[in-house]
Amino acid sequence: MLSSKIKSNEIDFGSCNKDLLEEIIYYGISLGADFVEIFIENTDNSSLLAEEDFITSVSPSFGTGAGIRIFKDKKDGFVSTNDLTKHGLMRSVSQAIEMLDIKDNKKREVFNGLNKLRDYSLSKKKWINEVPSIHEISEKLLVSTKSLKKNNKIITRKGSYSRNLQEIIIASSDGTYVSDIRLHQTVGLNVIASDAQYRSSGSRRFGSSGMPNEFRLWDHDKAANDVFESSMNMLYADYVDAGQMPVVLANKFGGVIFHEACGHLLETTQIERGTTPFENKLNEKIAHESLTAIDEGISKGSFGSLSVDDEGMEPEKSVLIKDGILKKFISDRAGELRTGHKRTGSGRRQNYSFAAASRMRNTYIAKGDYSKEDLINSISDGLYCKSMGGGSVGATGQFNFAVEEGYLIKNGKLTNPVKGATLIGEAKEVMPKISMCGNDLELAPGFCGSISGSVNVTVGQPHIKVDSITVGGR
Amino acid sequence: MNPREITNQIVEAADSLNLRKWDYGASFSNDYSVQVDKGEAKQLKASQKQILTIRVWNQSNLVGITTTSDISESGIKKALKQANIASDFGNKNESTEFSPLAKDPIEVKEVKKRSPVGIKKLLTLLRQAEVKLIESHESIKSVPYNGLSESFFERVYANSDGAFRSYSKSQAALYLYARAEENNNKPRSSGSVKLGYGVDDIDIESCIREASNKTISHLNYSSIKTDKYLICFSPESFLTIINAFSSMFNARSIIDGVSLSNKNSIGEKLSTEALNIYDDGLHEKNISSSPFDGEGTPTKRLCLINKGRIENFIHSESTARIFKTIPTGHAGLGSKVSVSPDWIVVEKSEEKFDLKTSLDHTTYEGEFVYIEELNAIHAGVRASQGSFSLPFEGWLYKNGKKISIESATVAGDIKYLLKNIVNIESSQEVTTSGISPHIWVDELSITGDA
Repeated sequence: MLSSKIKSNEIDFGSCNKDLLEEIIYYGISLGADFVEIFIENTDNSSLLAEEDFITSVSPSFGTGAGIRIFKDKKDGFVSTNDLTKHGLMRSVSQAIEMLDIKDNKKREVFNGLNKLRDYSLSKKKWINEVPSIHEISEKLLVSTKSLKKNNKIITRKGSYSRNLQEIIIASSDGTYVSDIRLHQTVGLNVIASDAQYRSSGSRRFGSSGMPNEFRLWDHDKAANDVFESSMNMLYADYVDAGQMPVVLANKFGGVIFHEACGHLLETTQIERGTTPFENKLNEKIAHESLTAIDEGISKGSFGSLSVDDEGMEPEKSVLIKDGILKKFISDRAGELRTGHKRTGSGRRQNYSFAAASRMRNTYIAKGDYSKEDLINSISDGLYCKSMGGGSVGATGQFNFAVEEGYLIKNGKLTNPVKGATLIGEAKEVMPKISMCGNDLELAPGFCGSISGSVNVTVGQPHIKVDSITVGGR
Repeated sequence: MNPREITNQIVEAADSLNLRKWDYGASFSNDYSVQVDKGEAKQLKASQKQILTIRVWNQSNLVGITTTSDISESGIKKALKQANIASDFGNKNESTEFSPLAKDPIEVKEVKKRSPVGIKKLLTLLRQAEVKLIESHESIKSVPYNGLSESFFERVYANSDGAFRSYSKSQAALYLYARAEENNNKPRSSGSVKLGYGVDDIDIESCIREASNKTISHLNYSSIKTDKYLICFSPESFLTIINAFSSMFNARSIIDGVSLSNKNSIGEKLSTEALNIYDDGLHEKNISSSPFDGEGTPTKRLCLINKGRIENFIHSESTARIFKTIPTGHAGLGSKVSVSPDWIVVEKSEEKFDLKTSLDHTTYEGEFVYIEELNAIHAGVRASQGSFSLPFEGWLYKNGKKISIESATVAGDIKYLLKNIVNIESSQEVTTSGISPHIWVDELSITGDA
């Protein structure tokens, strides 16, 4: 399905495009560009929704497009188009050149042609035939929504699945010539429970990359039990009292706090904007000495893993913070050009219509020495955040996160469930307060929206203790 | 291909595949945008985009759908085939039909379509705006988030029953978010967004002034004590909260069990009798107005709350049939058709007797919290439960002085909020998401760290 034949003089995912790509890149260089990059994609996606005991939505989609980026000095012009003909791509190059107002083409960069193709897709072409069929997906989704029906308090049951298969070609004037196929699958379960005036909800999402069989292996019974229990635990919960208190954040998706509060501030796009408090803090202490944090794109099957980034670089494992000391920023091509921080294989984009930017991949806090019980036992009056909702970080580094499932901690023990809690703070102030890290690191998939669109990521951490944070409530 | 040619192509391809019932929506756009950084062009963008969504009904009248960016002859045929395959999994529990209003006349307004000004002019204007904003106050050090864009697009809906409608328009947007710093204080940021039919329609000076004034007004800040406060919502923040809980008026959400309302909620009293809320997608101030929705139903003004009571729900074709009414022009086009509001208009009704009219944000001298802007809506709103806990930008007014509030959240329940409206100011303000006056609410919880 991915190798659709396209007319000659067009990009054809089924054959060699080297000559055409070189011609287009040379055209851009000859007009005075410092650097030319072409990103081309061909997608084949589908999503399904099961509600109660019916499939209520099946949405396939497919398409192609190209994003052409041209640098002149530190400026860049980006043009995206659905027209993959030679004429269409040439026109996009001309448009980018014109936007950048490049007139002096006497001082030309040298383009020595594309390197030999680095083809990461060879073993992946069979994936399209190995992923589950719509029929198979719908059967399993219906079984999973049925297993959510555990009592009459559950009033809404949903299961959703989506599969994105993306074939890419990247070619640029430094010789980079890469092709790859990426597969992402995600499945989620949601319930709403109700009893008289009480209402609660529960949700869990699972995801993988590059593993066509993963959905078949998904343990829907375990997931359904987890979602059901969460909604029942929260159904009669009281609203949390607001205030400053110590909190324990659970592992897996609890890592969203690091992702939002600190991870974004370590992307070079934030240095470019002057919006990170960590800009001049390399090799300085920015966090508690118990904290080590990593961003990488190499964990097999993780949602944020990739063979090659969207600028043709293999992802590296970046230790961002080591024992509280800032060691590295997450950088892409523009980041290296504008800030001097070396690329880390983190140039990412949602699709061809976005220019790549420095983005997180699998980002997590490393495990420590404590058990979950050690952390809870150390608190006399606080909050345990078992499940986190979404969060965001503001222009000056302030963040907030919704707590989906929370419990009060009294005298070192978990007590009543509470709802309506929001964690509020600033990275610079909270990072030194992460004083204990558990030994139970786990990862969880998610989607991160930012300057280059929505990308698949993994967040993660062991259980961690924050000595004091503002908890919003009633 | 132009829209007529696409329709002819689909007719031909559907015939060859023996598909008798179909409809499609398509959009074609050209967008240009610039960003600057300290006087230099940072990123300049242009895009040409086309999206086609085709629905096909099979012989059992079940619907399948496919979306593609490939509108070549082969792309259209492939999309029809995929939609036909997907129709085998169509929803047997809830049927979808063409909108009965898809061929009704649409309200024709003067088309305010502008010509492109080009990247160079966009860049010049944005550079000038950045300089002016930085020069407007010594504490403003940068404008880290900025952009000026212009878009030109065409939308089409057609079906096998002969409906065909299209419209094209232009839109421009400017946003400026400044960052200000003073010694020993945390950096503060705020900004402004302006829309217009074209770049020349945007009031750039007003955008600079608003961004500057807002940012500077937050320089002197203080923590706020956690407590319950009298709140004044700015028009923008009140519209944000109404939009976040619009599932209360959404028939799709009601059917799906994720709304606070139910089928029998029409007439339910939600608020003071002084409150009226409309959805008015065709309002003359709505730059993003569209004359028809995803199913081809004409857009129209609809009263959602009349004198504090729920008056209407918003509908797609299928939800309207279930509720035994007509579609309201709020549908998307999807395998499962979504329903959403267009442009919320909040008004004071003629029933004013239960309001505390002395509450006016420009003159009131008692203590209150002014909420200028609510943030992180996706994280802090539980629409199906009615609760919210949201960070905000705003001020505490006390003893005749106002001071910016450092990092705080407002939390509550939407029904409680609506029931506790104590004043609706007279003058309305136009925002990017609708129109509203300032709204006063008593006794909402604020969490601060004082």
